[in-house]
Amino acid sequence: MTPLSLSVEGLTKSFGGLSVIRDLSFTVPAGSATALIGPNGAGKSTAFNLITGVYRPDAGRIRLGGKDITGTPSRRRIGLGIARNFQNIRLMPHLSVLENLLVGQHVRAGGLIDLLTPYRLLPKHRWRAEALAALAECGLERHAAERVQGLPYGIRKRIDVVRATLSRPGLLLLDEPAAGLNPTETQALHRHLDMLRARGMTLLIVEHDMHFVGRTCGHVVVLNFGEKIAEGSLAEVQRDPLVREAYLGGMAA
Amino acid sequence: MTAYQTGLLVILALNVLGAFAVYLPLSAGQLNLGIAGFMAVGAYAAAWLGNEQGWGATAAIAAGGGAAALVACAVAVPILRTHGIYLALATFALGQVITAVFLNLEPVGAAAGYPVTEHIGPAAVLLTTLGVAALVLLLSCTRFALCLTAIRSDAVVADLMGMPVRALKVAAFTLGAAIAGLSGGLYALHYNYVEAQHFGVMLSTYTVLYVLLGGTRSVWGPILGAAFFTLIPELLRASAGWRYAIFALLVILFMAWRPAGLLTGGLRLPWRRRAAEETP
Ligand SMILES: Nc1ncnc2c1ncn2[C@@H]1O[C@H](COP(=O)(O)OP(=O)(O)OP(=O)(O)O)[C@@H](O)[C@H]1O
Ligand SMILES: [Mg+2]
Repeated sequence: MTPLSLSVEGLTKSFGGLSVIRDLSFTVPAGSATALIGPNGAGKSTAFNLITGVYRPDAGRIRLGGKDITGTPSRRRIGLGIARNFQNIRLMPHLSVLENLLVGQHVRAGGLIDLLTPYRLLPKHRWRAEALAALAECGLERHAAERVQGLPYGIRKRIDVVRATLSRPGLLLLDEPAAGLNPTETQALHRHLDMLRARGMTLLIVEHDMHFVGRTCGHVVVLNFGEKIAEGSLAEVQRDPLVREAYLGGMAA
Repeated sequence: MTAYQTGLLVILALNVLGAFAVYLPLSAGQLNLGIAGFMAVGAYAAAWLGNEQGWGATAAIAAGGGAAALVACAVAVPILRTHGIYLALATFALGQVITAVFLNLEPVGAAAGYPVTEHIGPAAVLLTTLGVAALVLLLSCTRFALCLTAIRSDAVVADLMGMPVRALKVAAFTLGAAIAGLSGGLYALHYNYVEAQHFGVMLSTYTVLYVLLGGTRSVWGPILGAAFFTLIPELLRASAGWRYAIFALLVILFMAWRPAGLLTGGLRLPWRRRAAEETP
């Protein structure tokens, strides 16, 4: 996979009268790990929804690896190299972990032959082997056959991230991947993200945990009320008075 | 086997086919309440092709499935724009319209019914059903089935994963209708008589109940549901007039006991579990 850059220019979105994203512009260089931070309700998840095409922007452009994808239907964006997880873990609860991962592969396995191969009868099938290998890399392989429904939160959260990587994206959007993880799981997530970057994935991460951001992301974009209020290294934005004000001292330390 | 038992098996086979026809689109989240309409299309198409065009039984029945699939494909685009209860209503109305058309269609006997010359025995009905069941079971092991489940579970995520949600829904709806048409064709040529009234609301409702009662999350659900609904009323025959009351009571108790249907998980076959453990 080749890392892809992302740039948004003048992105604007409102819901009814509520203006949620206002004239937002930022760039995520190819191969970088960039953080998108901001207080609750700042519009971070909405920005992800615009980038992945869940919502249409009212104005502005989105470019992936220099290619304008503003008008590209949501379904085709994953094929161009964007994948994402979900803040509220949108796995298919009645399916097994393995089957959820097969769903994540769909864009590479959507041909008629792949669609009609009875993979459930072929335990050694390559798509299964690949999904199991991805699980094993994260030390989660023992959950492969379990139904997602009964799994603990932290494990579901990590599987949602694994599923997002299975399309082999050049740009991975992660919405609060560390939220609700215990320290051991957080360490494992760090190792996973390092591995993804080494393989050539650009990361854009929404995260509230500043230690997590400091450890992984060299560049930080700060959002407040849908507007970019600061940009730079974590240390730089933490010094920024606008940012301190936005967080009301919440991250001043 | 007595003639009574054979007759019961044929009814069971036709009911299983109907249940599959409802199950396929339902596994993608679409409730088709007009399935009897598609059965009617299959039955009348097969009967007419046999009677008027001299088609053999096999070709006529296959064409019955094809005709129902064509109708489904034609209406799928507008009908699948609706969701949830509105989709159920739209399909219900469609089923009524189709039945009403046949009820007034003179070339196929209109309200008087339509005698069918070609005949197939019970073996043909049972073998066809076994064949279709094998295909549906095989299909349930593919990514196509996985996609339908994903769409039912979360259509937004399915779309973001690159699945052509609309096309897959149309495919499931059409495939279901094809099976309904096939069952209609078998019905027509086995009983040698078609009347529009048979393909009414009750038939659609019962067929949907087989699936809801059997379970919508596994392909074994419709089979079990159809078996339960076909065989239990027969077992209750001794209680004469009370049998439908007892049966309805059983259904209610059953729903209270297993609100998501008889089979909630995928049916775990012992050899499959072993296979899953072998893989690294
Ligand atoms: N579909 C929608 N319709 C109406 N309002 C919405 C919609 N989606 C988001 N909003 C509103 O937009 C604002 C930003 O929401 P968003 O989820 O993007 O925030 P966030 O930065 O991700 O917050 P958090 O850190 O809590 O996840 C909120 O006020 C939210 O209520
Ligand atoms: Mg959010």
